[in-house]
Amino acid sequence: MDKQRIEEALQTAIGFSNADQLEVLASSRSMALTRFSNNYIHQNVAETNMSICIRAVVGKRIGYASTNRLDKESIKETVERATEIAAYRPPDPEFASLPEPRLITERDLVATPTVEYTPVERATDLQKLINLAAKNSLTAAGAYSTGYSVVGVANTLGVNATAVISEASLKTVIMSETSSGYGSIVAIDVNDIDVGKIASDAIEKALKSKNPIDLEPGTYTVILEPEAVADMVSFMAYAGFGALSLQEGRSFMKDKLDQQIMSSSISIWDDALDPNTIGLPFDFEGVPKRKVVFVENGVAKGVCYDSYTAKKEGKESTGHALPAPNIYGPLPLNLIMAAGDSSLDQMIQSSDRAILVSRFHYTNLEDPIKTTLTGMTRDGTFLIENGEIKTAIKNLRFTQSIVDALSKVEMVSAERKLKEAFLGGSFVPWLKIGEFTFTGATQF
Amino acid sequence: MKDLTQLALDIAKASGATYADIRIVEGQNETIAIKNGRVEELITSTDYGFGVRVIADGAWGFAGSFLVERDEIERVARLAVEIAKASAMIKKQDIAIAPAPVIQDTYRSPMEIDPFTISLEDKLALLSKAEEIVRKTPGVSISSASMSISREKKVFASLEGSYIEQEITETGAGLDAIAIKESDIQERSYPNSHGGNFSTAGYEFIQGLRLEDNAARIGEEAVKLLSAKECPSGEFTVVLDGSQLALQVHESCGHPVELDRVLGMEASYAGTSFLTLDKLNTFRYGSPVVNISADATVPGALGTFGYDDEGIPAQKFDIVQGGMFVGYLTSRETAVILGQQSNGCMRADGWGRVPLVRMTNINLLPGDSSLEELIDGVKDGLYLATNRSWSIDDKRLNFQFSTQIGWEIKNGKLGAMVKNPNYTGITPEFWNSCDGIAGQDEWGIWGVPNCGKGEPMQVAHVAHGTAPARFRNIKVGVGR
Repeated sequence: MDKQRIEEALQTAIGFSNADQLEVLASSRSMALTRFSNNYIHQNVAETNMSICIRAVVGKRIGYASTNRLDKESIKETVERATEIAAYRPPDPEFASLPEPRLITERDLVATPTVEYTPVERATDLQKLINLAAKNSLTAAGAYSTGYSVVGVANTLGVNATAVISEASLKTVIMSETSSGYGSIVAIDVNDIDVGKIASDAIEKALKSKNPIDLEPGTYTVILEPEAVADMVSFMAYAGFGALSLQEGRSFMKDKLDQQIMSSSISIWDDALDPNTIGLPFDFEGVPKRKVVFVENGVAKGVCYDSYTAKKEGKESTGHALPAPNIYGPLPLNLIMAAGDSSLDQMIQSSDRAILVSRFHYTNLEDPIKTTLTGMTRDGTFLIENGEIKTAIKNLRFTQSIVDALSKVEMVSAERKLKEAFLGGSFVPWLKIGEFTFTGATQF
Repeated sequence: MKDLTQLALDIAKASGATYADIRIVEGQNETIAIKNGRVEELITSTDYGFGVRVIADGAWGFAGSFLVERDEIERVARLAVEIAKASAMIKKQDIAIAPAPVIQDTYRSPMEIDPFTISLEDKLALLSKAEEIVRKTPGVSISSASMSISREKKVFASLEGSYIEQEITETGAGLDAIAIKESDIQERSYPNSHGGNFSTAGYEFIQGLRLEDNAARIGEEAVKLLSAKECPSGEFTVVLDGSQLALQVHESCGHPVELDRVLGMEASYAGTSFLTLDKLNTFRYGSPVVNISADATVPGALGTFGYDDEGIPAQKFDIVQGGMFVGYLTSRETAVILGQQSNGCMRADGWGRVPLVRMTNINLLPGDSSLEELIDGVKDGLYLATNRSWSIDDKRLNFQFSTQIGWEIKNGKLGAMVKNPNYTGITPEFWNSCDGIAGQDEWGIWGVPNCGKGEPMQVAHVAHGTAPARFRNIKVGVGR
């Protein structure tokens, strides 16, 4: 693997520094992905890349340069370029320093089978999935990826952190003429991917959601499966859980800290060290990631920081910096929502009339402070009546404030799932929400 | 360079490939972003690598690497063939690709001023002046300005004998003003949202945007929106400005006519398309005034190039003619389904990703009206401008857009400003409700530098030519 090469690139770049401070973010990625549709493999790719990004600090001026040419001469040129660029930039009076080194908790994030998985092994696994779909007269599409990344950060103050992370991911949509079902899993170890189970989940949904009926849009009780919850929570985090959005006054958390903003059953935090998440133990400035609680029992508690936004408030970074430079500020990439004590069956049985949503599609924020989100349902939407699933329904469009929805939570499941979403992976439960507004319908 | 491309092709062929191509791509980028008077981004970056695509045992394989060295080229070419042979374990039939001309040529996107020859000081000064005007507008909470300059040099070589060198320079810039009062957040952008406007041109494009001249206006509009009334809810006649129409064309026409999507190849990600094969030449997509073309040859447009990433020459062809759906965007593989040759829409995001069917410049052709005439024909309606958010279902039918700003139209005249406008509809119903499009004088090209598709995700740079247009009976003010 490339860990040694990344570590060498870090030290080579640091060695060329003549800036007041210098930071090097080096990363490599070796990923392969097999894509299938109509029950055959239609795309099959592999990519290896390695790059460095330099942040050079001269007084209070900062310059950046990056390259994916990692010979010594190119690294030297890139360091010099970042330092030259710093001279053009006006001083930033609010910049204090790059982060000092802090103790980083080690986390084992590598499974050798994932690193070494071959295209033939991926095809063999997919043959099982496709055979199961075909046996049910269904059509499978999806993507199956395996590989690993190395991330290293070093600076001239002594920060020096490197981590290797392997990742296997399988997603599938299995379809009939009138319906579809979705299955997905992400894991560090490819051996934790149960292809048969993912296929069965998607097939069951595709069969159950056949011949959907029209349902008038309106306000309904909804049961959201983890895919939908992860999507919603991810957009909410983007809109308001980072310090920059709060400091700029565009976060829904503004003026709400220590106030009840959601149902008391809702707690949300970020914790890259939790074994239920797949997260690096340090951020892209080399600062150890800390657990940050955003919402506790429905009460707004705080936001996450990088070194720049933390300094502005006289605080310490919580280890949530994204790769610099970026305009987004710090963001949480390993969200967790607290479990409840319910189950999907109990949610269904307790509902006189509700809509069960498997998954959202193409969600987007219309208003970041009101957290108004719109999007479609997809891959299995069902009408529940008198405590049981009555029928599949055609997909609906929703337009709904996320914070308002999370203030009407009636039940939270004990079981949770890790789902990839807009911002990293989120470990979230099923939710039953008393009121959720659907504003449009479609023809399928 | 030719020795490296030939090495890849030779190794691929010797390993069992019946078709092979290689792209060696070198990218150079410079990004500047200023926010609230602080330079947030000032970065130059370079990127270099190659990708080898093959057909072996009747199936596709692709591999790419950042190390453009002989040993690595040999390893990657063999890996691409190994991957193709794994693909062949689950195939329905051997991949067939439409014939393509053997081409040896070079293409360089035209420009007047090489943007990389302009000093960082000058670029910072241009952006800073405009950003300062926005920032100093009373009531503006967040002001920003950004500029992006990039150049991609790429070589394409195929086993069939094509060898094409291209150099494409892109420039773009934009301004943004955000005003916040309690839980009300309003935004205005110039010349467009999501970073501004972008082109395949030189620095003259950025100078021509005249950011400084438009800075005060967008600052003032953002602040005025805070006290504007809410956009009403109901069914209205809507006139859309060109920039919002560009995204409407992108989502509701550009994506659904990608033939790989139609054939189900994107089903597990952003979905399929309602424009199924049976609808070609038989489906009324829009009203008779709606004409849409794909044109990769528009000078300076962001989706313009010399050859696509399969070595097919850039082309212009109809998508919608007199409202009827008449054409897809195709590749060599997908064109075979239609018994056609590729119309040159295979584009890859850099060296490390495999080409997919992508938009080029998908243009709503100008009509014979004008914005003034369009508004004049409205008794009670809305004029909506500049995209704020977008969403569309997985067959590209049910869409919902919000825009940054709107104005009432009363008895043929623009009236009061309205805030938080959004509108929703079903694609063919929407385009069939179009009863007027402004003419050539008000037609412009909008570059979209962030078109996402595929797994692993790829970002394409595309564009849309549009003029303001009018739509009847549109549902507005959704979710209020």
